Amino acid sequence: MSMADRLKIAVFKMTGCAGCQMEFLRLEEELPFVLEVAEIRYFVMAKRENLEGPYDVSFVEGSVSTPRELEELRDLRERSRIVVAFGDCACHGCVPSILNWVRPDVAAKTVYEDYQAIHSKKESYQEICPLEKFVPVDVHLRGCPPHKNMILEVLRSTALGAKPFLRRHPVCVECKLRENVCILTFEKRACMGPVTAAGCRAICPTANRECEGCYGPMSDANASSLAQQFLKIGLTRDDVTRKFRKYAGITQAFAGEAGEQ
Amino acid sequence: MSKEREIQVGYIARVEGQGSLEIKVSYGNIEELRFEIFEPPKFFEAFLIGRHCSEVHELTSRICGICPVPHQITALRAVENALGIRISEQTRDLRKLMNYGSHIQSHILNLYFLAAPDYLGYESLFAMVKEHLGIIKRALRLKKLGNDLIELVGGRAVHPISAVVNGFTKIPEKEDMKLMRKMLLDAKQDACDTVEFFSSLNIPKFDRKSEHVALSSSGEFAINEGLLVSTEGMRIEEDKYRECIKESQVDYSWSKHSQIVGRGSFLVGPLARVNLNFDRLSHDARKLAKEVGFEVPNFNPFMSHIARALEVVNAIDDCIEIIDRVPLREEDRSYDIRSGTGFAVTEAPRGILYHSYEIGEDGVVKKADIVTPTAQNARNIENDLRELVPAIADLTDEEATLRCEMLIRAYDPCISCSVHYVNLDRSESK
Repeated sequence: MSMADRLKIAVFKMTGCAGCQMEFLRLEEELPFVLEVAEIRYFVMAKRENLEGPYDVSFVEGSVSTPRELEELRDLRERSRIVVAFGDCACHGCVPSILNWVRPDVAAKTVYEDYQAIHSKKESYQEICPLEKFVPVDVHLRGCPPHKNMILEVLRSTALGAKPFLRRHPVCVECKLRENVCILTFEKRACMGPVTAAGCRAICPTANRECEGCYGPMSDANASSLAQQFLKIGLTRDDVTRKFRKYAGITQAFAGEAGEQ
Repeated sequence: MSKEREIQVGYIARVEGQGSLEIKVSYGNIEELRFEIFEPPKFFEAFLIGRHCSEVHELTSRICGICPVPHQITALRAVENALGIRISEQTRDLRKLMNYGSHIQSHILNLYFLAAPDYLGYESLFAMVKEHLGIIKRALRLKKLGNDLIELVGGRAVHPISAVVNGFTKIPEKEDMKLMRKMLLDAKQDACDTVEFFSSLNIPKFDRKSEHVALSSSGEFAINEGLLVSTEGMRIEEDKYRECIKESQVDYSWSKHSQIVGRGSFLVGPLARVNLNFDRLSHDARKLAKEVGFEVPNFNPFMSHIARALEVVNAIDDCIEIIDRVPLREEDRSYDIRSGTGFAVTEAPRGILYHSYEIGEDGVVKKADIVTPTAQNARNIENDLRELVPAIADLTDEEATLRCEMLIRAYDPCISCSVHYVNLDRSESK
């Protein structure tokens, strides 16, 4: 690929933890090859000279929680051929979305002595919104964080002009491939695997731990059935609510079990 | 000739998160100086209320993708202190390995990706590929080492999964640990080369004596627990943190500012740790410090980079020692839930991190309190800039702006954690 043909890519950050950008920078052995196929034109955490675009692929980390971010999102959408909702916050709010169940005045008072004094100068919505609420998104890269191989898949497929192959079958499929004994069935532990999108290689059950659902809902997830199962094995209703109100409580698939906002 | 200058950086590059810098100078006096964080607040302390104590570390991990490990360890220790749990030596050791992994990857990111391009005259590490591929490869090898270490112990590099209250859900395999030991040994030369490389750079001379605060322990280089000590004689237990260090809000920033009661701003991070714990660094780290002429105490914040590089050497040496003693056996992780309040302080790569939780009888969080390193450094960064800006009056606007940014990068701020942005634009009028 000649220098001129390289994909023009951008990495943006909204309200998030930078973990997805860190996963991008975890392309360590792969970085020299990535730079052969892609030109990184915008990436404030890693670059001082950031170019306006247009971009072929924009990776957008974080959710939208200020007017400034919303303006930036709309603007980058205009300048990008493919917009990637990069990670859970961008796809479905992730852990910060738990805030959506807290009354805004209560949240403000808990953290700042005089919230109004800052808020009057700096606006914040106090609500976590996924990108798709405001702009069309082309690719959802789920996970907290999405595994770096999925980032490579997006770059590879875009370079080839193909649609990226991203799984939405449950974690259970990957768990079986790793020959784990089911901890939900045999140990009665509250594993979110049956309703959670794959891509992580079932790392949690493999590490003798319940899946917590950090890739968000799989396609056609049956959340209420799993919630019933959780109640049967001894979880309280509050426990179940906390399980579903964690990484993707604001999605339609989990909203019923995550409780009303 | 009257001189008015404005330094504005709208979105500080090569730091984590969204922050800005605004400085107005008139007749040599600073009229306004703001290191501002416009990254929106995330209200973790509010939504942690009502969550179960067993998931607090998993949730607080999401405060920061660069230092999820210290957030996890601090949360775990605070919860364990509240529940009266005494962890095993093995858990202590495995957590230390994990936090060292976190320090290595974060330090290498700051040194090579964020800071080095300024010193070598590039806009980014990516732009250095043609001329400095060797340096980049060294950076990538070391960064991978840190991430691999976290992954081996914690199950995943960013937001690890296997560290839980009172232990680990999975203990690493002996064979894998043996392999890690070899990788650490192999990386040692890269770490030593890093100290020499950064010492060879033209690091600005700028001394401003401020109080340095770090954890300290008699038996080890303290990163996960210890007493809170300072260069001005502070010596307190972690549960007294809030009595000695007060936070206040400033109306231009979403990050609160910390000050020591009765004294003022202070510095946390690698320079403070090395200044206060030099004797506990590994033999080779101390020897290298001497060879490159690094003397303690050192009050030049730009020298944080050398401290950072020395810490990478120390981390490798200490990790090898830990691997040689850790038994790697299955342990009982069971514990009882009870009500209580717990406090914990650890060293994140960029400095002191404080968590505290009040837990009810049902194991549910009733109150949460978190102070991050960048919130503690924010005021000190401003105070440094206040002295730096007049001292660089002879530089061009562009050079002065860059110098201010370099100072900020030397602190390695983590803005997502602090939940503050730099745009330096100086206008000169006569």
